[in-house]
Amino acid sequence: MANENSTTNYKWVGKRTRRPDGVDKVTGRARYGDDMTVPGMLYGKILRSPHAHAKILSIDTSKANALKGVKAVLTSAEIPDHPLSQPPYAPIINDMHDISRNVMARDKVLYDGHAVAAVAATSERIARQALKLIDVEYEVLPHVLDPLEAAGRAAPILHEDQFTYSADGLSDKPSNLFRSITGQRGDLDQGFAEADIIVEREFTSEPVHQGYIEPLACIATASEDNCVELWTTTQGHFVIRALCAKLLNMDLAKVRVTASEIGGGFGGKNTVYGEPVAIRLSQMTGRPVRMVMTRTEVFRASGPTVGSRTRIKIGARKDGTITAADAETWYQAGAFKGAPVGRAAETFFSSYTIKNARAVVHDVCVNRPKVAAYRAPGAPMAAYAAEGAINELASRLAMDPVDIRIKNAVREGDESLMGTKYGQIGLLDVLEKVKSHDHYSAPLGNNQGRGFALGYWMHGGGLSSVSAHLLDDGTVTVATGNPDIGGSRSSMRVMAAEELGVDIELIKPIVADTGSMGYSHLTAGSRTTFATGMAVIFAVREIIEKLRALAAKKWRLTIDQVTWEAGQAVASSSSRGGIQSLSLKELAAMATKMGGAIAGHSEINAGGAGAAFSAQLVDVEIDPETGFVTPLRYTVVQDVGRAISPDYVEGQMQGGAVQGIGWALNEAYIYDDQARLQNTGFLDYRMPVASDVPMIDTVLVEVPNPNHPYGVRGVGEPCLVSAPAAVANAVENAIGQTMSSLPLSPPKILKRIDEAQAAGG
Amino acid sequence: MGTVTELKYESPETAQAVVALLSGVGPMARIFAGGTDLLVQMHEELIEPTLLIDIKGIPETREIDVTADEIRIGAAVTGAELGEHQELKSRWPGIVEAVELIGSYQVQGRATIGGNLCNASPAADSVPALIAAAAKVIIAGPNGTREVPAEEFSVGPGRTCLAAGEFVTSIVLPKQNQRSGDAYLRFIPRTEMDIAVVGAGACVSLNDDGTCASARLALGAVAPTAKRVAAATDILQGNRLDDGVLAALAKAANDACAPIDDKRGTIEFRTKVAGVLACRAVKIAWQRAENR
Repeated sequence: MANENSTTNYKWVGKRTRRPDGVDKVTGRARYGDDMTVPGMLYGKILRSPHAHAKILSIDTSKANALKGVKAVLTSAEIPDHPLSQPPYAPIINDMHDISRNVMARDKVLYDGHAVAAVAATSERIARQALKLIDVEYEVLPHVLDPLEAAGRAAPILHEDQFTYSADGLSDKPSNLFRSITGQRGDLDQGFAEADIIVEREFTSEPVHQGYIEPLACIATASEDNCVELWTTTQGHFVIRALCAKLLNMDLAKVRVTASEIGGGFGGKNTVYGEPVAIRLSQMTGRPVRMVMTRTEVFRASGPTVGSRTRIKIGARKDGTITAADAETWYQAGAFKGAPVGRAAETFFSSYTIKNARAVVHDVCVNRPKVAAYRAPGAPMAAYAAEGAINELASRLAMDPVDIRIKNAVREGDESLMGTKYGQIGLLDVLEKVKSHDHYSAPLGNNQGRGFALGYWMHGGGLSSVSAHLLDDGTVTVATGNPDIGGSRSSMRVMAAEELGVDIELIKPIVADTGSMGYSHLTAGSRTTFATGMAVIFAVREIIEKLRALAAKKWRLTIDQVTWEAGQAVASSSSRGGIQSLSLKELAAMATKMGGAIAGHSEINAGGAGAAFSAQLVDVEIDPETGFVTPLRYTVVQDVGRAISPDYVEGQMQGGAVQGIGWALNEAYIYDDQARLQNTGFLDYRMPVASDVPMIDTVLVEVPNPNHPYGVRGVGEPCLVSAPAAVANAVENAIGQTMSSLPLSPPKILKRIDEAQAAGG
Repeated sequence: MGTVTELKYESPETAQAVVALLSGVGPMARIFAGGTDLLVQMHEELIEPTLLIDIKGIPETREIDVTADEIRIGAAVTGAELGEHQELKSRWPGIVEAVELIGSYQVQGRATIGGNLCNASPAADSVPALIAAAAKVIIAGPNGTREVPAEEFSVGPGRTCLAAGEFVTSIVLPKQNQRSGDAYLRFIPRTEMDIAVVGAGACVSLNDDGTCASARLALGAVAPTAKRVAAATDILQGNRLDDGVLAALAKAANDACAPIDDKRGTIEFRTKVAGVLACRAVKIAWQRAENR
């Protein structure tokens, strides 16, 4: 674990400290979504469609209603409808029309597992029995799972009211293709004409689930005066509040959402599933309703990320200069529009200065669960194709794969295909670090191969609120509105202690509910340590201002005659004869007697999060008789800006690599011929287990982000972007054959080896 | 107004009491040993029994009884217990390895060898190893006790030869030759926490001159039940492990396969890998016999 370029001026930033959530987590005391109970609560359960695509002809709930212990049965009639959103469309669409239909199917079911009815009963067993007593009459319709097929003319149409949107307006006929995003610059024809060599490939990837270990769970308590309290496992309780209030036509102030401890999210807990249903059942029964999804329900009905079908063409001169690049990809959005197409177009070629380039990304509906965000949404599958093509380009030019990237790398001032201008970035530093790493030149054995790929991600900033309170014993609470997924409490505490100049153990970080804080956007987009961290710094600086004022009042000085140094207010020597100081603890004790409690708060819309790059090296060994892949060695080199808490930063980088290994090698949804999902658990949805992965080495390259007081960049996403491409490249290298369809499962690899042997290669 | 039926639990102390409960309730009663398959199936609502009969209170289901002639393993002995039994491990390492592949460490503390057999999955890890070992299954029922060879116990996916009122009390491993060894290998796309795409169990005995005295090979997950590859015995007997014998063995394993395409593997892949694992398992069993 190298921790390069770390400055030593900081007292807490960059240090490995005891984690504030550790004790509760190792003792099992931490309360996750499923750990909450409320007196008098009912058990909510959802009936789900066994069909991938069908009209709902009728729903008879009378028998379920008659079962002893059943308190309410709900269908879409109990969920308010909303009009379809109209163009022009935002880059990320939260269409209440779609959300209403996703939480409870209205006239059609659109995927196996789509919710069609719900019950609330006095026990889970009764609730489950009641579901069996609901009679739903379906008219089964033809289904479509593949995005290319779905975009074709002959495909069954999911939404009769969806038309393809383009600059020319809407299409004449309904279509599963919602829209296409294009990023473009230069002249492609000219670019390819300048090329000495052109690589053309097709790549496919399958939808993969975030695989968070904690299933979705919530408890809603509605009251007669139209207020609601909601406990839920989420990446953003303010967003859950907004979606529930909007969907159910409630006042924001009357919906109070508390985020439970969260057992992973990776983007998958950014939206609502059971929450609005639990609220409605609670309103109907007058009792709290708890709604916990099983793992099967999570797989069938919550969003994975998109699968993709990509065509790519890249041309270069003999010296490795890429002259043109063109990609077109079909992303399947699932049952409702909203594949991360903009981010995909952004990602394809954004690490490289290619004069002539185009990326076209199609957003296509298919009969699968609606996609949700998943760690760098839309980017890993784009990088899989782009990096795969560039690796082949390097191989055919007999060029070092890192050198070809150095030759074409973007620098400060360059622009991405979608027009993002790069500030201070660490791409070249990362690439140089890869070349000098001993992994890069380590020898390989028989049946072994090495892969390399680069990942890019443009991070998010956005709205964050922080409320910090100095208590009269000198301790400090720092409340944020961001659920702690990746160690944000630790980072907030480090930044608060650094600013205040006091011991870290004096700071208590808290995740506060929506009733206690200003709006805070999701813990997503790698934004929290950057944006919410900045708000922490500003809130604490406000406390310091107030403490300087308090000391000045005590000493009868002006505030500019008092400075804050190492956790103390200090009177400047010119203003008084001797050196005077007051510690945080002394000031805290004085505060309530001299004007009132001291607090600082900050509500910001943070910009300038900036880009980061992650390069990955991976060695694998293939069993040529079975196609089994053993990842042997893995190194992640990433520009992290400044690692506030290095343990967590390394953990993020390792976690991204592990998810990428699963994505590349085994994870896929398996459907039968009726499009019913066959692998609804971790047994057959094959995420890696601990013994499947090697130790993941990390190299932290610290090129500070100038837009954050400590130089923070997001770290959670770039590390996944490059991972599937790197692992796939290693497999190709080990077997000496190209492979273009994830996951690279043993049957596929064995078949490719056998085909190559049969062909005499 | 409808109501929901209750689930009952009994924990008898004799086999006779179990048989009486089974005979009284019928198919809505289920035998409960480790519960690692049963509770999962109940949770997934694949089965909805009204009575669970816990057999762990019956001493003979919980014991490993070693004599000079044979080893008797109680049906409710767990994987973790088998893995701690030094005598069993040294005599039948393949069987112990097979059972230890089932589930996680936590599951190993609960999962039983009898349960793995009675769940009757074609992919059950212990079963090819038991078939290769020529193990016998001891069954208690309304007409007393009977025994069935391991390869005849399962009659199809999820189905066994158990008649109404019958349950498995123990498994008996036969007396071994002086120079013999066994092995079990499985293929999964991961390293743990998965179900065999192909399994291969082998048991080999050697003559003093180093040739094969007798051998048994069984495959899992390539047919509706785990099955013995009878041809493998003829191929190995009297021979040494040379390339020709291994090629014939792989072909015999390929020919014995009648797999399906499913979420865990394709027909083509399973058939090919069955040959690969058969040869690898026989090699390990052979090596162990040589080292005896």
